[in-house]
Amino acid sequence: MTYSVPQVAGEAESKVTGTETNGVWPLWEVFIRQKRGLAHVHAGSLHAPDADSALLAARDVYTRRVEGVSIWVVASTDIVASDPDEAPAFFEAIEKPYRHATHYDIPDEVGQM
Amino acid sequence: MNDAKFRALLDAEEKVESTDWMPEEYRQTLIRQIAQHAHSEIIGMQPEGNWISRAPSLRRKAILIAKVQDEAGHGLYLYSAAETLGVNRDQLMELLHSGKQKYSSIFNYPTLSWADMGAIGWLVDGAAITNQVMLKRCSYGPYARAMVKICLEESFHQRQGYEIMLTLCNGSAEQKAMAQDSLDRWWWPSLMMFGPHDSESTHTEQSMEWKIKRVSNDELRQQFVDMTVPQADYLGLQIPDPDLAWNEERGHYDFGPIDWDEFWAVVKGHGPMNRDRIEHKRKAWDDGAWVRQAAAVSSAVAVSA
Repeated sequence: MTYSVPQVAGEAESKVTGTETNGVWPLWEVFIRQKRGLAHVHAGSLHAPDADSALLAARDVYTRRVEGVSIWVVASTDIVASDPDEAPAFFEAIEKPYRHATHYDIPDEVGQM
Repeated sequence: MNDAKFRALLDAEEKVESTDWMPEEYRQTLIRQIAQHAHSEIIGMQPEGNWISRAPSLRRKAILIAKVQDEAGHGLYLYSAAETLGVNRDQLMELLHSGKQKYSSIFNYPTLSWADMGAIGWLVDGAAITNQVMLKRCSYGPYARAMVKICLEESFHQRQGYEIMLTLCNGSAEQKAMAQDSLDRWWWPSLMMFGPHDSESTHTEQSMEWKIKRVSNDELRQQFVDMTVPQADYLGLQIPDPDLAWNEERGHYDFGPIDWDEFWAVVKGHGPMNRDRIEHKRKAWDDGAWVRQAAAVSSAVAVSA
């Protein structure tokens, strides 16, 4: 089978812009704590009209198989992200090997350090 | 009901998280301990900061800056962990400045020579790691998680310190003497870092029952001594303790009595550097007021724009 269905008369223009946001529910990022003692980790996102609904929706979308013990939902617009193109400004240290423990030669005789 | 649930978490070796019910004394104990830990990282920047401008090479200078920067970071991870318990950072800072909360007494000793940068990394960070490896198993989740990251970074701190000692001990007679002098001055205060004997420690029993602390002061101190003696031997340095001897029967090193009068004097504020450390910290805070003010104005402008 194929997912490329031939175009026939009456089908809409295949251009979809996706810029229309009127009436679309806001986006929420979902974080799940797998178990006590571990940090919440990003699981995905979903649309919901408000925070409480987002939490309920997160249960339906992301935790159907005992994925964890706690959920956070955060409005996507509240997340401030760094620009991957500017990664060097945010993640240095490749040129600073002395920040790593392995940079120092410790004789085996003195044991684990 | 709540208490039974809390108890069950501890019994099952599960972590307590910030949203869980917890006894008020457990919360207060953690606030006190995490704040002290955070303050220690922040004040601990001073003894080493003292040598940044006088590091013997560019490499050593870059390493020392990176280490002091890590300590600032450790302080911040820990203040964040304390904040999950419902206190705010400015409040804790005020308690430090007013002397109502303490930091580790080890930082009330002066750093008199470059060798002290070696001894601090090797001994002080070594003792801190012994304590912090245990705290990775602490019952309070946010604190335990902060320890995981801190321990990873501390390994660099300890190794760079030992490397400084190794370099000095392989150098001239004067350099080796400098390393020995530094060990002589830092050995006993490092053993004091583990706190009073178990029989004298007012907090240990309850903390162990709550699984905040997993190993007693004396056991941790013994672990540290057992680990460190062979390292001193390798350097060819003499640990300043005539009673230090391997005890075949116990499978541990025996060591001499600790001067608890000195320990309590320093805790109570009479160490060589207590006053300077807090004065310097307060001054840095006051001198930074314009930066905080400028940041607030700048963000207000950004929001209204």
